[in-house]
Amino acid sequence: MSKDDSIEVSLRKQGISRRAFMKFCAATASLLALPPAMAAVIAETLGRARRPSVIYLSYQECTGCGESLTRSFSPTLENLMFNVMSLDYYETLQAAAGTAAEAARHTAMKENWGKYLLVVDGAIPRGHDGAYCTIAGESAVDILTGAAKGAAAVISVGTCAAFGGIPHASPDPTGAVPVSQVIKDKPVINISGCPPVPEVITGVLAHYLTFGSIPELDHLGRPKVFYGDTIHDRCYRRPYYDAGKFAKTFDDEGARNGWCLFELGCKGPITYNACATVKWNQGTSYPIQSGHGCLGCSEPDFWDKGSFYQALSTGTWSGGTVLGAAVVAGAAIGVGAAVVSRRRQARADRKKQP
Amino acid sequence: MNLLDFARGAAMKWSLAVFVFGIFWRLTGILLLHRTHDYSVPRAHGALLGALRTIIARSWPRREFRARTAYGLAVSYAFHIGLAIVVFGFVPHILLIRSLTGLGWNGLPDGVIYFCAVVTLIALIMALIRRVTHPVLKLLSNFDDYFSWVVTAAPVVTGLLTVAHYGARYETLLALHILSFEVLLVWFPFGKLMHGLLLPVARGQTGAFYARRGVNP
Ligand code: SF4
Ligand code: SF4
Repeated sequence: MSKDDSIEVSLRKQGISRRAFMKFCAATASLLALPPAMAAVIAETLGRARRPSVIYLSYQECTGCGESLTRSFSPTLENLMFNVMSLDYYETLQAAAGTAAEAARHTAMKENWGKYLLVVDGAIPRGHDGAYCTIAGESAVDILTGAAKGAAAVISVGTCAAFGGIPHASPDPTGAVPVSQVIKDKPVINISGCPPVPEVITGVLAHYLTFGSIPELDHLGRPKVFYGDTIHDRCYRRPYYDAGKFAKTFDDEGARNGWCLFELGCKGPITYNACATVKWNQGTSYPIQSGHGCLGCSEPDFWDKGSFYQALSTGTWSGGTVLGAAVVAGAAIGVGAAVVSRRRQARADRKKQP
Repeated sequence: MNLLDFARGAAMKWSLAVFVFGIFWRLTGILLLHRTHDYSVPRAHGALLGALRTIIARSWPRREFRARTAYGLAVSYAFHIGLAIVVFGFVPHILLIRSLTGLGWNGLPDGVIYFCAVVTLIALIMALIRRVTHPVLKLLSNFDDYFSWVVTAAPVVTGLLTVAHYGARYETLLALHILSFEVLLVWFPFGKLMHGLLLPVARGQTGAFYARRGVNP
């Protein structure tokens, strides 16, 4: 398979039928909420496109995003998507190591300068001049800045790359920041989630390949087509929320009846993601369907918003001592005021009765 | 940190601190005031009963004034009861109360809450209209009255907008709703809203005084 083959040619060489390709295009169109007629446009554009080079950089991450993404390497529709790209550098998956791996990155960058897609997962530590994460003697900040210069588009995969995620959680010892704080001169597409839904990642890539542009983004840089609604907006347990029927523990009658998980800390009402519609594991289920509330993993600072099991309407502060001090201070001033008033009264009484 | 994090975090902590500070200040300050000894021989006993009787009796219109006070009273009842149902019957509110006090109970269906909130808001608006149009009430009203109205109505309005997802993103509306309630908490001890706690004290005192003199108001 040559790099110069069009996607359709390369698929044919792999024994993937035109029919399977069309099915993939139809699924992509529906995933992107496009009218069914757009499937033909996607097929035509993708069919003609040259396999784009993808450079995938990983920094402060747990490889969960990679795990999610590689699920698309099993024979699924997403599999097609990844076979049609030239993944030129991805430490987790590539066979090459050390100098050879770095050389592959440099070659890919040189050959595709200005055209490759740069995908990043993990946050970037900026503390101590980037010393917390170095690869081949270069800091993550430097590699990212250099690689972004020649990229056609930058895609942050996962909440760590998109918003800093867990490495950025308080007290953030490494000064971890999201990609968008390092790369300022290029649009960065944030595909948040811990990890993101694999179809969302492939859907965004398909959109870029088909239309040559980035999809419409929300105020946090996430594609609106996937992050336009909250989990709560699309949750199948919503009728129970509206009826005031809540599970109070994970094994009570409410939980068994599939009632709303708000009291158990579900963050669905403030979490924008596609879990409730696209679902996980090829549309099998999603966390709430499995009986656990949403953690809000696709939102900034989800790790620092109090306990996952604390209801959204409660406070996230801790400070019983502040309240105790307020009671004591209030009572002390009240007693003081009463004493002053009593003294004045006594003085007035003395004057009245000489 | 976004607006919602602020509302659920630092803003909630400090507004609660100001609230309890103010409540304790005002209550200890008032309850410890000097009370002149009443050396008269009581005509009747049962000061406590008298206090309770007056607290309840004065919440009901006297026949002589009924026609003149009916509107104001009906409207006041409507928004006081409405507020109580919304504040203590809505599950997210109960969860907040439980997280602060450890006390919890079952909530009401959302439909009932939304209905009560709308009735409350209408009653609040009617009360405001009466205040600005009534020739005497208008003269008696000052900044405290209007500001107390604003901080009471704001959480109802923002709460309704939040559940309707109307006007902004849900998390922004929720943050504004929580913040508006926090403004109410801060204002409560220092403005006329404090009547919520002082009214029984003041009426009870009067009732006890009358009871001692054998007057049954
Ligand atoms: S389970 Fe969560 S997302 Fe679903 S209705 Fe309840 S609060 Fe909303
Ligand atoms: S349901 Fe919520 S926490 Fe779970 S994966 Fe989806 S967005 Fe993340």
